[in-house]
Amino acid sequence: MSDISFVRTEMLPEQDPPASEVGALGWAKHNLFSGAMNSALTVFSILAIYYVLAALLPWAWSPTWNATSLAGCREILHDLGREGHFSGACWGVINDRWVQLFMGFYPPEHYWRPIAAFILLGVALSPVLFSDQVPAKLIWFTGLYPFLMPWLLWGGSIWVPLMVLAGFVIAYAAYRFILDKMSELIALIAAVIVAVVWWLFLMGPIAEFVFNIIPIGMEAVGSRKFGGMMLSLTIGVVAIGFSLPIGVVLALGRQSDLLIVKALCVGFIEFIRGVPLITLLFVASTLLNIFMPPGTNFDIIMRVIIMATLFASAYMAEVIRGGLAALPTGQYEGADSLGLNYWQAQRLIIMPQALKISIPGIVSTFIGLFKDTTLVSVIGLLDPLGLSNGIRANAEWNGVVWEIYGFIALMFFVFCFSMSRYSMYLERKLQTGHR
Amino acid sequence: MKKTVLLGALTVAGLAAGAAAAGTLDDVKARGTLNCGVTTGLVGFAAPDANGEWAGFDVSICRAVAAAVLGDSKAVEFVPTTGKTRFTALASGEIDMLARNTTWTFSRDVDLKFEFTGVNYYDGQGFMVPKDLGVSSAKELDGATVCIQTGTTTELNLADFFRANNISYEPVPIETNAEAQQQYLAGACDVYTTDASGLAATRATFDDPAGHVLLPEIISKEPLGPLVRHGDHEWGDVVRWTLNALVSAEELGVTSANIAEVSAGSNNPEINRLLGSEGTLGEMMGLDADWAKSAIMAGGNYGEIFSSNIGEETPVGLARGLNAQWTNGGLLYSPPFR
Repeated sequence: MSDISFVRTEMLPEQDPPASEVGALGWAKHNLFSGAMNSALTVFSILAIYYVLAALLPWAWSPTWNATSLAGCREILHDLGREGHFSGACWGVINDRWVQLFMGFYPPEHYWRPIAAFILLGVALSPVLFSDQVPAKLIWFTGLYPFLMPWLLWGGSIWVPLMVLAGFVIAYAAYRFILDKMSELIALIAAVIVAVVWWLFLMGPIAEFVFNIIPIGMEAVGSRKFGGMMLSLTIGVVAIGFSLPIGVVLALGRQSDLLIVKALCVGFIEFIRGVPLITLLFVASTLLNIFMPPGTNFDIIMRVIIMATLFASAYMAEVIRGGLAALPTGQYEGADSLGLNYWQAQRLIIMPQALKISIPGIVSTFIGLFKDTTLVSVIGLLDPLGLSNGIRANAEWNGVVWEIYGFIALMFFVFCFSMSRYSMYLERKLQTGHR
Repeated sequence: MKKTVLLGALTVAGLAAGAAAAGTLDDVKARGTLNCGVTTGLVGFAAPDANGEWAGFDVSICRAVAAAVLGDSKAVEFVPTTGKTRFTALASGEIDMLARNTTWTFSRDVDLKFEFTGVNYYDGQGFMVPKDLGVSSAKELDGATVCIQTGTTTELNLADFFRANNISYEPVPIETNAEAQQQYLAGACDVYTTDASGLAATRATFDDPAGHVLLPEIISKEPLGPLVRHGDHEWGDVVRWTLNALVSAEELGVTSANIAEVSAGSNNPEINRLLGSEGTLGEMMGLDADWAKSAIMAGGNYGEIFSSNIGEETPVGLARGLNAQWTNGGLLYSPPFR
């Protein structure tokens, strides 16, 4: 009797799950064929993807990289036995013109300048973007970068950006000097006046005088030489860089209790948002020309940058206002109860949270702005899209369409997709578990 | 930096306003470069090459003027303009002259206050159809779908033509020439209509150019020429007579190849006056005596410029047609250099 047992005493060996539940098969079963409807949709999607790729890949797979003209491409394809207008892509045009699509008409011997400017841009942005991974001292470089970048791109005397920088130093010195004797507001106003007087009247002659004594500088490159991706990046980066702070100020101004400040901010935001960007660009390129005295030479890229910045600032202000509106009143009251003044509260309590909430909106505005820079082709600036027309105007490449547009799309995708991924990284990093 | 450049620019603007009263000719000489408005790209007429150097039929006019005024055909700042920005760019002084295949019309000359300094290309609107369509005249195009660039004079000319011939058509509006090529090849329209020079250039890019024909009808007059601002006649004269010098040089048989020899002196007094070895024509215009010689050496005479940019040996492949010398049955007729 004692050898009869009703309870199993030894363990059964572990078995692999059924083959239909694991691996590629299991994944496909769970994710692609989990029901009749989903199975049908999967089959339909695969067919659609196959249909597109079957048309696209043979076209894109085209050994025409070294062709020197559209006719040359056709010859290569003809030798391969491929005939017809859409028999294969003509990649020779990219081989021939990719440098131009990136650099525009910038003098080749100075290519290192825009390249250096954009590499240093990465360095300058790193303390802002990846504050936990780089030395904090680097923020000083970030502060200097706005003066370095125009000098690298446009060249000329080094004393001009240095004198502009000196304007800030002088303004700060004036502020401290007057603060000892009078109120803060008067000191602030005086500092602004001193700086404006310096920039407007004194800086130019002094910079020229110093340059005559110590001529340090680089060959100046005119704005007309800018083109291609470099032009888009210049407009995009400057407009993005300036639109965020201006947007913050506008958003705060719109919530202000001061009547005039509020009216100005609301008026500005609503006016700019009520007008298409292309209208502003036409104002910049043609209307300003008519208003200003004949012979005026007000840099066209500068005009476009100003308009793009104003445009993005208005949108930025509304995105940040959304962030401010999402903050519970308790945060404002909490800041008050700690005895913080307005600016301290904004800097320490309100803005960090409001900006964090607004990150997706802010980055969307950045990406939108960057892509909007292609609109400048309408006013005769040769950004990548404008250049595509110029490239096609050469007899050898006339008729090439998709290859150029595809390449330009790829360039923009790289930049916009990186911005998008960065914003997701930032959201994860700043996640404090309020959901 | 941005702000200061802006403010600095405004200050410069104020100073420049006073200086702008001087003539364009003096401005160009003082600046050392000619600001010339061109298209953002049109096959044969203006296009940047891989090194960013502009070339083309209109570009050659700019270079000739720069050579005549400054003695250097490279001293040109090319300002790409679109159909929308070209006239304000010229009126505001951003460019000194516009050589952008612009049609000379009454309203542009009179109402927009410009001065056309001549015609460098006589164009006209034509039609292109696939050979398979079996059409030999535009009058047989009843009920056809027509690809047409919107907002241009070609659109109005087309409507006039079809109404005058009492036949119907269906327009397919398109924005650019590149789009038109794609639509036409994809069969979205039976007919593509634009300037005949543009049609020839477009057809040259096709895989099978022989499969498409240009119909014989030319339904409009499109005299294209360089233009300057109203009121500055000295400058207008410089541009006008530079163009005339190129045309006369062809008529007189002066080419970039033989100019060095001919300019030393020839037994044709008009050539001598043109090239400055006799008379004071250059001085009258405020230019050097060898102004026309420099202009011709920049890219050759009119015939050379034509054949190297848009002539029959180029992919564009245009015949001289109306643009032949008057002695060959064309319309080119330069007033005498005397």
